[in-house]
Amino acid sequence: MGSEFKRRKLVSPRVSDETQRLLKLAVVGTAAGAFSGLFGVGGGTIIVPLLILWFSYGEREATGTSLAAIVIVAALAAAGQGTYGNVDVVNGLAIGIPAIGGVIAGTALQQRVPQKAVSYLFALLLVAVAVELLI
Amino acid sequence: MDILLVILFGVAGGFVGGMVGVGGGILFVPALAIVLDEPQIEAEATSLLAIVIVAIAGTIRQRRYGNVRMGDAFAIGLTSVAGVALGVIVSNEVSQRTLEVGFAILALAIAAQLVHRASTRPDPAG
Repeated sequence: MGSEFKRRKLVSPRVSDETQRLLKLAVVGTAAGAFSGLFGVGGGTIIVPLLILWFSYGEREATGTSLAAIVIVAALAAAGQGTYGNVDVVNGLAIGIPAIGGVIAGTALQQRVPQKAVSYLFALLLVAVAVELLI
Repeated sequence: MDILLVILFGVAGGFVGGMVGVGGGILFVPALAIVLDEPQIEAEATSLLAIVIVAIAGTIRQRRYGNVRMGDAFAIGLTSVAGVALGVIVSNEVSQRTLEVGFAILALAIAAQLVHRASTRPDPAG
């Protein structure tokens, strides 16, 4: 089955590179969307590694492009959850707007703090969150 | 009082996120669910609104550095519709407990990703 498929693809490469690229982007979008709708996250955890692995993006470009994609993905997911009446608009704005200041400060300090230590501490915090949710 | 806590978590979440390069949701959801005691589904939905705001600000900054490929970003964003619909529907069908367990697994996966990244990459600040 697999080799037959491969042979057919070799004989008649109808699908252009551009179409293949778009299909791969759609796979990234679909996966990120499912995570976003299901877990309330942006999907960067999925988008960034896939852009690097499948599209040879550099780290910075992957992060930047992922952020722009997340604006659309999260807006769609928020709208979807909104139709179920699950979105607390006041809390959403109260956490989102001050977070901008936090991100700017965090990014600025990125080069000056031991990032490794912060990463490990943060990973530990996430483990604590997981434990709290599981028990 | 709660609103002050929310604001504090926003700043703290953004700060740590900006520093280690993790998105907002993985922080906003537990802040809303664990600290403010919102039901898991509401915490996730509310987090999405906060993410939109933070991601817009982040995109504007990243664009200045020339790090955003808009065509690809639009392609990913617009093709996410089916996945989003599926995720939203499933999240509203399953039990609160299932959502919590799912989110816990995601948090552990991201923790592992962070540790892996930190241990394999040179540290700019030593």
